[in-house]
Amino acid sequence: MFLQVPPGELVSALGSDPARDALRVTAETISISMLVILVFGTPAAYWISTRRGAFRDVLVTLVELPLVLPPAVAGIGLLVAFGRLGLLGGTFDALGIDVAFTKAAVVLAVTFVASPFYLRTAIASFEVVDPTLPAAARTLGAGPARVFGRVMLPLARGGLGAGAALAFARGLGEFGATIMFAGSLQGVTQTLSLAIYEQFDIDLDVALAISAFLIVLSALVLLSVKLFTRWRSGSASFTLFAASARRPT
Amino acid sequence: MALRVRFVHALRSFRASADLTVESGETVALVGPSGAGKTTVLRVVAGLLTPDEGLVSLGDRVLLDTARSVDLPPEKRRVGYLFQEYALFPHLDVWHNVRFGARSSADVGPLLERFHIADLAHARVTQLSGGERQRVGLARALARDPALLLLDEPLSALDAHTRAGVRAELRELLDELGLPTILVTHDFEDAATLAHRVGVISEGEVLQLAAPTDLVALPRDAFVASFTGATVLPGRVVEVRDGLRQVALDGGLTLWSADDGNGEVNVAVYPWDVSLGSYTPDDSRMNHLSAAVVSVAPMGNRTRVRVGPIVAEITAASAERLDLRPGVLATASFKATAARLYPR
Repeated sequence: MFLQVPPGELVSALGSDPARDALRVTAETISISMLVILVFGTPAAYWISTRRGAFRDVLVTLVELPLVLPPAVAGIGLLVAFGRLGLLGGTFDALGIDVAFTKAAVVLAVTFVASPFYLRTAIASFEVVDPTLPAAARTLGAGPARVFGRVMLPLARGGLGAGAALAFARGLGEFGATIMFAGSLQGVTQTLSLAIYEQFDIDLDVALAISAFLIVLSALVLLSVKLFTRWRSGSASFTLFAASARRPT
Repeated sequence: MALRVRFVHALRSFRASADLTVESGETVALVGPSGAGKTTVLRVVAGLLTPDEGLVSLGDRVLLDTARSVDLPPEKRRVGYLFQEYALFPHLDVWHNVRFGARSSADVGPLLERFHIADLAHARVTQLSGGERQRVGLARALARDPALLLLDEPLSALDAHTRAGVRAELRELLDELGLPTILVTHDFEDAATLAHRVGVISEGEVLQLAAPTDLVALPRDAFVASFTGATVLPGRVVEVRDGLRQVALDGGLTLWSADDGNGEVNVAVYPWDVSLGSYTPDDSRMNHLSAAVVSVAPMGNRTRVRVGPIVAEITAASAERLDLRPGVLATASFKATAARLYPR
């Protein structure tokens, strides 16, 4: 891909209107999605990690469902739930809100599809923290909130960072659910992945330039996670899948 | 302020229970094999485990009363808890570990000084030795000015070399603090040195709670005898003569006991009641068992020698003089009163 088009032309193709619009839409939607995932997902993952037995399995299954769902099913599901004629559509319509085919729809689709990657890894990294450490913190006068903030978060941060990177990467590549629920309107809902698909028929250089850009971005994300965990934990380096592989028995 | 603990709690394979009062300044040790439910007692007192039924109070303060739905969370109980392996926070240095429990950062310095770890203030806890980690754990547990102390295997993470020294220091510290203290250990010797009273636990039940010397003098059953150091041998009473019982051991030897007993019995003999010789002496003792030496294990200035099924603890000097080696024939001698009988 990098050999097909000279670097100079790649950069100038990235400056074209469709590419710039897609870049802006992607930056806006994925940052909101990541914010939603981190702010709500982290406490939720911690809460699930403290549950036991069948209830925990049901919760984890619900979390993992979007992971195995075909993107087209996710898109239809979101339309049926939030669309004008959908389950919550009537309520939203009465409030003057139409979610489908707006930026909010992109955020919903990306959040829905990317959150399991973060949640799964986060649950596993909370579960591998030695349970005597939060217990010790409690006897030292820390309430549940302080135990979460001062003990659990710092000890799980390697896995949380890795999970966030996975979710971010998945969010960048999100295609199926977005195109069904949000459409591909340039400057509104057309993300980088959708722009590649559209420009593929219009201007191959732009499609290639965006693809090359996504490759570099993904590589940078992976590398930064590795550097981050190395810097934070000293010797122990954290591979992306380690947290999800080490399930407690 | 006396600590009062009474509870019943169903665990996976047995019911754990306890009923004890620990006076201010008193240390009670709970000893028993691993998985006997010792730590469960500490977790109930600390508030980390709510038992099915129970009451925990410290003086007038009720920490837990299941009958009245009182259950203070751990952070409100003022309990100093030294965890097994110490549970230091690996992401914090020594200073911040102690600071975590302290009310003010001004309290940290004096605590580090007191435990001689001031020079380690900025060390990562993962790089400390066992003894240093224990001091950090103690300093941290005391940072919040606790009203009672719980120690879970405080010495087991230490090597034999530092253990005796740390044990003496810990004894001094407990005296100095004057808090009601519950200590959990699997080692009877640690318990006997550190505690005023020792409770032997098996399968969640305190079998006997008494001063260590009383436990050894009058163990309630074969389990307590075995846990306090006795050799326990199965056998059966075959003859009664002049108020003494002759017991044929399952292994083949016979011995005399002054205890009552019939049929199948367990015989408990403490190693320090047994003396060894290279020939059978003619003295007042009823029991002289001749057998081959099985093993010779030096323990400081004493030596443990196993002769047939009997274990004797003699001075290292005597062991050397008798030239005891595995395979050599030796005679183990002890009084009929040193062989206690328990029903099987």
